[in-house]
Amino acid sequence: MILKLVFKNAFRQKLRAALTILGMCIVILAFGMLRTVISAWYAGVAASSANRLVTRNAISLIFSLPISYKEKIRSVNGVNIVSYGNWFGGVYIEEKNFFANFAVEPVTYLNLYPEFILSEEQKTAFFRDRKSCVAGQKLAKRFGWKINDSITLKGTIFPGNWEFVLRGIYDGRDETIDETQFFFHWDYLNETVKKSAPRRADMVGFYMIGIAKADSAASIAQTVDGLFKNSYAETLTETEKAFQMSFVSFSEAILTAIRLVSFMVIVIIMAVVANTMAMSVRERMREYAVFKTLGFGAFHILGLILGESLVITSVGGTIGIALTFPVVKAFGKAVSNWIPVFIVEPETIYMDIAAILMVGVVAAIIPSWRAVTMRIADGLRSIG
Amino acid sequence: MENKTPVVRIKELSKSYRRGSQIIPVLQNITLDINAGDFLALMGPSGSGKSTLLNLIAGLDQADQGSIIVGDADITLLSETELADWRAGHVGFIFQFYNLIPVLSAYENVELPLILTDLSKKKRRDHVEHALSLVGLEDRMDHYPSQLSGGQQQRVAIARAVVTDPTLLVADEPTGDLDRKSAEDVLQLMERLSKELGKTIIMVTHDPRAAKRACSMKYLDKGILANDTETRL
Ligand SMILES: Nc1ncnc2c1ncn2[C@@H]1O[C@H](COP(=O)(O)OP(=O)(O)O)[C@@H](O)[C@H]1O
Ligand SMILES: [Mg+2]
Repeated sequence: MILKLVFKNAFRQKLRAALTILGMCIVILAFGMLRTVISAWYAGVAASSANRLVTRNAISLIFSLPISYKEKIRSVNGVNIVSYGNWFGGVYIEEKNFFANFAVEPVTYLNLYPEFILSEEQKTAFFRDRKSCVAGQKLAKRFGWKINDSITLKGTIFPGNWEFVLRGIYDGRDETIDETQFFFHWDYLNETVKKSAPRRADMVGFYMIGIAKADSAASIAQTVDGLFKNSYAETLTETEKAFQMSFVSFSEAILTAIRLVSFMVIVIIMAVVANTMAMSVRERMREYAVFKTLGFGAFHILGLILGESLVITSVGGTIGIALTFPVVKAFGKAVSNWIPVFIVEPETIYMDIAAILMVGVVAAIIPSWRAVTMRIADGLRSIG
Repeated sequence: MENKTPVVRIKELSKSYRRGSQIIPVLQNITLDINAGDFLALMGPSGSGKSTLLNLIAGLDQADQGSIIVGDADITLLSETELADWRAGHVGFIFQFYNLIPVLSAYENVELPLILTDLSKKKRRDHVEHALSLVGLEDRMDHYPSQLSGGQQQRVAIARAVVTDPTLLVADEPTGDLDRKSAEDVLQLMERLSKELGKTIIMVTHDPRAAKRACSMKYLDKGILANDTETRL
């Protein structure tokens, strides 16, 4: 019966309850969206492996490294695989069709990225054909590419029209994996550059290093950079995570702002629910006085008010969470060209739930305190 | 009705309220015995302290001085929580504005005080049905307060007050908000509770017709109990 009372109390002022629930629902939805945007931003970081290191030119990413470093890096203790590549920066038909495209050493690259899943035939076909390329499943879908289609990219860093044949379409191992990448044979790039701009040949933008044990990452990175100290192209080696992080940190200020806004909406709804609860409890002071008269104690009163507050926040919040999935999905579809991984993380849901409980509890504090400390005689006198 | 053991003994009771720096004495040196089975009407002009006295006897408020012994307990010595438990077991309340919980049915309103007891659901049902039949509303169990007339609501409130079989029934102007016919019904009901069930009732009223129903009457004026106004009917 107490439970029934809690529910009935929550919906006594129908319009007020409905508006508060709507507010809670929208806030949880907004909160979920904002958190998802943040986690999408970090998707590259989250998907990075602790067993991969990235070596690049110590001065800046736009400077490259000689291909001759490959053997030296491979000789370092604890290094399993060395792959390498260049950011190609090619454009497909128009600027606005942007996607990431790299020239890589195919065999080692796919070894380093077991999360890119490719059938054996496609793999073999890709390795065999020097002018072939592989695209992520989402990317292929976006442009309607099929296996053996021929694709032309307009080079920006490396001028000219570049023709590729699509020999593989990879799937991500799970939904956190970026399925919008495009890569092709580094050899193809290098041989072409050799003819057109020999001074730029035999240079790579980055080395990817696969290491045996994640906890030796720091010492291996140090050893690698030590090898090229005082050479004309010094290196900077860091974990893939740190490397990805350096991209995110460009936009760190924006992310901080988004994070701040996501917490601000929670604080706002806290004030709204607290106001609703304060109004409801004030109107019902006389009823709480009656409960106390009958011998109900502070815990009962607290239970009634806290329960009511939690009913409101959980009903609104649950609808909000339920809406988060379709909305994120629709939104993700709309922005999939720019944000490759846009999914609701479990942490977002945990934070939603924490927010629901916290708002419910905080909103109930002051009204409960008022009702509990109210003198019965005053409560009975109050107009309800 | 010839039971002469006092069930309530009030000794030198005083109570004042503070309004800013001002201290307003509301009750001064009240001494009063109420016998078991008595139906006492407490009369007096508005603001004379009747409600305050009733609240003190019922353990809703704390006195400044003096003692109130109900049964064998001095309730002025009890803490807030002890007082709440004591009220739950010993006092039934009837208010001027019924004070039913609007979202609960008549049945649930009457069941409310029993929730604090460890009675089984079945036992509670027996008690509630008995109390509702006592006030003649057994056929309105599922009605909500808004679906009942004022008089019916007050009778539900009376059922709620008696359902725990308390030592003491206190009523603060129980007919103050009722039309004459309903008031008559309520008073008749209270009279029956007193005469047939031997309930001890203290009723605050300023309606002389209501007071006439009681077996004894006390008159309170400006916080002082007039001693010579007791009338036996
Ligand atoms: N909580 C309070 N604070 C200040 N004064 C109060 C309070 N409660 C009652 N009083 C004062 O005490 C006096 C007696 O009140 P009350 O017992 O309600 O009188 P009655 O019931 O006889 O009309 C009144 O003057 C009232 O204003
Ligand atoms: Mg009064």
